Amino acid sequence: MSALSTRASIDTIWSWLRQVPDPEIPVISVVDLGIVRDVRWDGQDADADVVVTVTPTYSGCPATEVIAASIRDRLAEGGIGHARVETRLSPAWTTDWLGPEAKEKLRGYGIAPPAGPAGEHVIDISRLTRRSAMKPAPVIACPRCGSTHTQVLSQFGSTPCKSLHRCDACHETFDYFKPH
Amino acid sequence: MDLAKRVARPSPPQGERGGPTADAVGGVRAGAANDKYQYLLRLGDNALVLSQRLGEWCGKGPALEEDMALTNVALDLLGQARLWLSYAAELAGDGADEDSLAYLRDANQFRNVLLLEQPNGNYADTVVRQFFFDAWHALALQQLRISKEPRIAEIADKALKEVNYHLRRSSDLVVRLGDGTETSRKMMQAAVDHLWPYTGEMFDADGVDIAAAAAGYGFDPSGLRAEWLAYVREVLEESTLKPPSPEAWMQKGGKQGRHTEHLSHMLSEMQVLQRSHPGATW
Repeated sequence: MSALSTRASIDTIWSWLRQVPDPEIPVISVVDLGIVRDVRWDGQDADADVVVTVTPTYSGCPATEVIAASIRDRLAEGGIGHARVETRLSPAWTTDWLGPEAKEKLRGYGIAPPAGPAGEHVIDISRLTRRSAMKPAPVIACPRCGSTHTQVLSQFGSTPCKSLHRCDACHETFDYFKPH
Repeated sequence: MDLAKRVARPSPPQGERGGPTADAVGGVRAGAANDKYQYLLRLGDNALVLSQRLGEWCGKGPALEEDMALTNVALDLLGQARLWLSYAAELAGDGADEDSLAYLRDANQFRNVLLLEQPNGNYADTVVRQFFFDAWHALALQQLRISKEPRIAEIADKALKEVNYHLRRSSDLVVRLGDGTETSRKMMQAAVDHLWPYTGEMFDADGVDIAAAAAGYGFDPSGLRAEWLAYVREVLEESTLKPPSPEAWMQKGGKQGRHTEHLSHMLSEMQVLQRSHPGATW
């Protein structure tokens, strides 16, 4: 029997990766998060490596190494002993890669999803001015009660990708997944 | 790599540019290759040294939210430092890696600007130091993201997204604290005046910068000065703080390895584990 007919298909491997949770936001998978950029077999042989290419969310995100280990573990469960996780920086990760479904999962988990495309909220420093740096904050709805009467408590939250907010209607604090 | 083997390494030979303390590590010997190595060290060391300074606040921030913000920014910078220093280490060859560069170099081998090694001081000092650097960093990364060297461009592109948030926060804090209470305004003005002489170095082009600009992988930092000054003035004025004179005398030397004594003290804490227990792993 040829190696090609026995080894897992790329689609199957993607389906396994959809079961690998983000370690800090377990309600979404690494695929939902948009950090898995490519999956391929490196070679034709039965003992070829699977290469999973991931891109980091933030340069210093400590979850990156845990994610690589979780991916290798999940592929090992599927019988793939030779898996490499490679990092690719470009194109840089953006929250625009979070699909509508992922955004709903975030909201259900108590994290307000990014309000709109990243480009609208990141500073345009083509000409650096205070005005361009201080674009008005987007309207962020409380993930619990839905009120838009919310305010920023800290632009940096419990993980690099989130900021901390408070709802003035229900008085709960909540995380916001920053457009990036 | 095995850090244990590198602790006893003799001082590397002197490089061709940047004065008597410049050094070429490992396989980097030739002028052009050494220039690029030095250039990457500057980018990496700026991020690493500021990250370490911010990390010193961990658990001691003036408010929980500020504590989290400081360490988040530190984490971004640490990630960026790893990307730059890994690249520098590849150029150096000879088994160097990001860890050996971070933990086994002495102060005179670091290439960060003097501003970033200044002690945290009070919160005004920390905020102003961050603000001065963030504004430069954003402008610098904007230049580097169009570098002719694809690896430099992609690291800069990644880092710039993070630095956008750093700059937004530090600009915001300068306004809040500058235009805050009488006490906070006084402390902020004192911090601005104290740190100002360390800002000139960021725009001071030397041989390494000129070589980087000429080869197309870097930029001439003197070209960023006007835009930086305009932005900093705009924010300081909104903060009711008085911008010091751009003609003031400026300190320099960090980019060439001539540091203030503060860096040695900082490194002694940062490096003590690898120096005392070579090769120790987590």
